[in-house]
Parts: sequence; C-alpha cells; structure tokens
Amino acid sequence: MNKIVLPPEASTPANWPEGLTRVPYWVFQDQSVYAEEQRKIFQGPNWHYLALEVELAEPGDFLTTHIGDTPVIVTHDTDNEIYAFENRCAHRGALICLENRGKHRKDFSCVYHAWNYDPQGNLTGIAFKDGIKGKGGMPDSFKMEQHGPRKLRIAIVHGLIFGSFSEDVPSIEEYLGEEILNHIERVLGGRKAVVLGRFTQVLPNNWKLYMENVKDSYHASILHLFFTTFELNRLSMKGGIIVDESGGHHVSYSAIDREAEKDVDYAKQQLRSESEYKLADPTLLESFDEYQDGCTLQILSVFPTFVLQQIQNAIAVRQIVPRAVDRTDLNWTYLGFADDTREQRLTRLKQGNLVGPAGYISMEDGCVGGFVQRGIAGASEDQAVLEMGGAEANSSESRVTEASVRGFWKAYRANMGI
Amino acid sequence: MHANSLQYITKAQADYARCIDDDRLEEWPSLFHGPCLYKITTASNYRDGLEAGIVFANSRGMLTDRVSALREANIYERQSYRHILGLPSILSEDGAKVKSETPFMVARILQDGDTSIYATGRYFDVYEIVDGVAQLHERTVVCDSSRIDTLLALPL
Repeated sequence: MNKIVLPPEASTPANWPEGLTRVPYWVFQDQSVYAEEQRKIFQGPNWHYLALEVELAEPGDFLTTHIGDTPVIVTHDTDNEIYAFENRCAHRGALICLENRGKHRKDFSCVYHAWNYDPQGNLTGIAFKDGIKGKGGMPDSFKMEQHGPRKLRIAIVHGLIFGSFSEDVPSIEEYLGEEILNHIERVLGGRKAVVLGRFTQVLPNNWKLYMENVKDSYHASILHLFFTTFELNRLSMKGGIIVDESGGHHVSYSAIDREAEKDVDYAKQQLRSESEYKLADPTLLESFDEYQDGCTLQILSVFPTFVLQQIQNAIAVRQIVPRAVDRTDLNWTYLGFADDTREQRLTRLKQGNLVGPAGYISMEDGCVGGFVQRGIAGASEDQAVLEMGGAEANSSESRVTEASVRGFWKAYRANMGI
Repeated sequence: MHANSLQYITKAQADYARCIDDDRLEEWPSLFHGPCLYKITTASNYRDGLEAGIVFANSRGMLTDRVSALREANIYERQSYRHILGLPSILSEDGAKVKSETPFMVARILQDGDTSIYATGRYFDVYEIVDGVAQLHERTVVCDSSRIDTLLALPL
C-alpha cells in the first residue's frame, strides 16, 4: 500500500503538459508529491472544513479532526468563540487529545507528561515544572508562552467552521467569492442544522481522484444508473455548473424541466442508463419542496477538500481527508434542520439511501477512484484526458463538460507552483 | 422466558445469514414480517441517538428495491460475505414479541479472492414468535466501527 512511485525524469512537475486538458498520472502516485501537498495545500493559504457550528454548540464542547495529515483540536471556549489548534503537544509531540468529541472540557492534558493546555491551545501548565524539593524541573529560561501547538485561523460561514494554518489566506468571503457563498447560503443560511448521522467511507485511492469525481458532472448520469432512471439528474435537465475564478470551487446544479424529459439524446447514445427499472416502494423519492426553486440537486465543492450536498432533501457535508498516497477518508455528516416536521425528517432518512457508503447514487463513487488508481498503476508517464466541453475552466449551462475538473487542476497547480 | 424463544431465534438467525451468504438476496425481503424496519448504523451513532442509517428501510418494498438496485443498477466489484454469528441474547419478552441482541462478524470475499473482516457488530432485533417460528419485524445492524471500506453493497 505504501509503495513509492517516483515520477519519471521526463515528467517532473516543471514538465506538466501545457493547458488544463491533460493530467499526468504520477500526480496520483508519487510520495513526494503527497508530502508537498501537505505543505503547500493543507498547511498553505487555503481554508479547510473542520466541523459544523452545531457540533460545538456549547462552551466546553470539543472535537478532533484532520487537515490533511495534521491532527487538529477544535473547541468552543467560555468566551463563546471557536478555536482550533494542532493536536500535538509542544513538549515531545504526542497527541494532546485522543477522543473524537466531547463536552464540558476546561483544559487538555497530554497523557505523556501532563503538559496542560487551555481550550485556546495555550500551554498553561507543566508537570514538575519547578522540580521536586528544589531539584530537577525546567530551567528558568523556559517560557511557557513561547511554546504551544500551532493555532489556526477560524472562519465561520452559515454554520460551517473552516480553519487555516496560514496567515496569508484571504478572508473566507474573498476566498469563496459571492457566487459560492450564495449557494452555501441557499442550503444552510439562517437555519439550525441537526446532525442525523456520521459515517466514514475509506476510499482506496488518492484524494484528488475523489475531488475530480465530485466535480465531474459528465459521469453522473452515466455511472449512476439509479440517478438517471429516476430523473434526478439527466444531463438534459435544466441546470449547469459554476466554476469560480480560482477554478478550485464549483457548483453543479439541476432543476426539473419536464419538457426536456422527452429529449432523445440519451436514447441515441445507447448508454447503459437506458435500462428499465421500477421501484417497489417509490416513497423513497417523494420529496418536499425545501427551497422553492425547483432545484433538485446542488453539489458544491470548496478547494481543496469540502463538499456540500443537496440531493432532493438529502443534505450532507463531506470532508475529504488524505491518509496516504492511495488511501482517503471520506467523512459524511448527514443533516436535517431543527424545524423539520416528523414527516420531513423521515423523508431525509429515506433519501439517505441515495448517498453515503451504500448510496444508490454514490456507492460507485467509492470504488471508481480505486479503479483509476489500479488502472494507472503501470502508467505514471501517461496522462488523463480532460477535453469534454473544451479546454477552459469556466461556468457553463451544459453539464456535459469537465470544466470544473479542469478548474480543480488550475487551482491545484497554482497552489503547488506547477 | 419462553423456553423455546432462543431456539426459534437461533434458527431465524441462521436462515438469515445463509440467505445472504448463499447469494439468495431475492429472498432476503421475505425474511422480514409485519411493518418491517431495517437499518444499518454505527455504534457511535447508535450511542448518540442519531437516526440516520447507511441503509434505512421501513418497508419490505424498500428492501426489494435495494436488491433490484444491486442486481440491475449499481456498479461494484463482485463480492460475497461470510456471516459468523454469536449466540443471541434475549433482551426482553412481551407475549410473543421478543427483543434480542446477536453479535456478528462478516468477512467480505472479493472476486480476486482478497478476504477481509469487513464488519463486526450487533443485530438488535424484534421478533414475533408465531407457531414456533421467530418472524423478524425489525433489525438494527449496529457496526462497531464507523469506517466502511470502499462501499457497502450487500446487506449485513
């Protein structure tokens, strides 16, 4: 699993093909690229999703998560602010907090030597600091305020907590841009989210293959038969994609268009999607009009590793955490809202079948990245082709395009200096 | 406790495991009776009272749809399970209604022969004993781990 595939001499990053329509396969395989991503992307000038505000609703609440490889503690302190800091003791580097989440926490104490931290990540105590009976202990020159885990900048957008290790990252509003912000607001704005469940899907592939998949509006109705057959997402529906200026963030959306259902494009294509398929219990797809805009699907991604999903009434956030070159954690948090009626909540539970590790329209996404990872095993010098819909990374009314995938690579290369 | 409940439930458990492991998924929905509830969740969600499932079905029709989707729609590598079940514990008995908890371990065998422990956990079941047969009304599958490798296709 941890084999190191070195890029061939001819394909060093400096020699990435011109334009956005080719992606060299070594970028999914190379250990040194993975290490550089940790420095330049995950610890670089980007915002990373950490948690939902409702998961840290009260002072004393805390949870642990990751930004790339780096473990992070997120807290709600008694001053009612959210803080985050690296989950690494300033002494010898051990994890400070071993729990996933908890409440009523006033401080964090490293189990190794009981170095103690407040919920803002300040070092506040050292066991036997003054020694015992005047012997041993830390030297006077050691100043606690000069030591501590790295603290993160925090930004909160419509209940989503983002963090960054970088002092240079622009404000979250500037980072996301107005269009992306508006589409986050559309789903979460002014509402109190409720966590309905959390699941982790372990993907046998590089993290970027999952992000490509999220941004790939071309595959949805081809790979996911369930989606297409029940008219949740035909390419001929109204809809489109939005790619922000950086390329790194995107929205793909579709809305009901009864006229387009008579479209013959699909029949002509002879795609696998054309088979007959009926539900024994069609209540699975009975939804309520939550947003009054006819929009049945909105998939939104924020560079590098965050996804906000609305598929009918199935609302979820997805956090993507790289674990190794060929291994990625996909953390699903299914959401409802505090003002859901019992019927609406049941609708969300039923539509939960569409998504997640066993999702009718998402289980394939769990394996298809692995198919690529295995397919390219002997082809690190070869390249993926991204020409559907042209060569640019612009917003489009058509979803038969790989524009937002190209956008991802545009942002990726800008971050990596490639 | 009804002397035979444990025996009836043990038989129902064995039939259930064989149905899935023998790839007779089309028969799987018929193992559920009454209002039917089937849910797969994790120990952490279960402990925290979070409602959503990895799979959630509150009708036999939804179970049938799950099988149809696996057979006709969804793309995944061919695989099979081997269920190893522990002894059921009777949690409560109210007339013919019996609640039980049964530990399980499921190995997943992929088409290339790669075999791994895919899931461990507990079945929380509600049965009705009818004429010496334990009929399954509800099954909540509580996986010990929150991590699902690659995807969950076949039912647990």
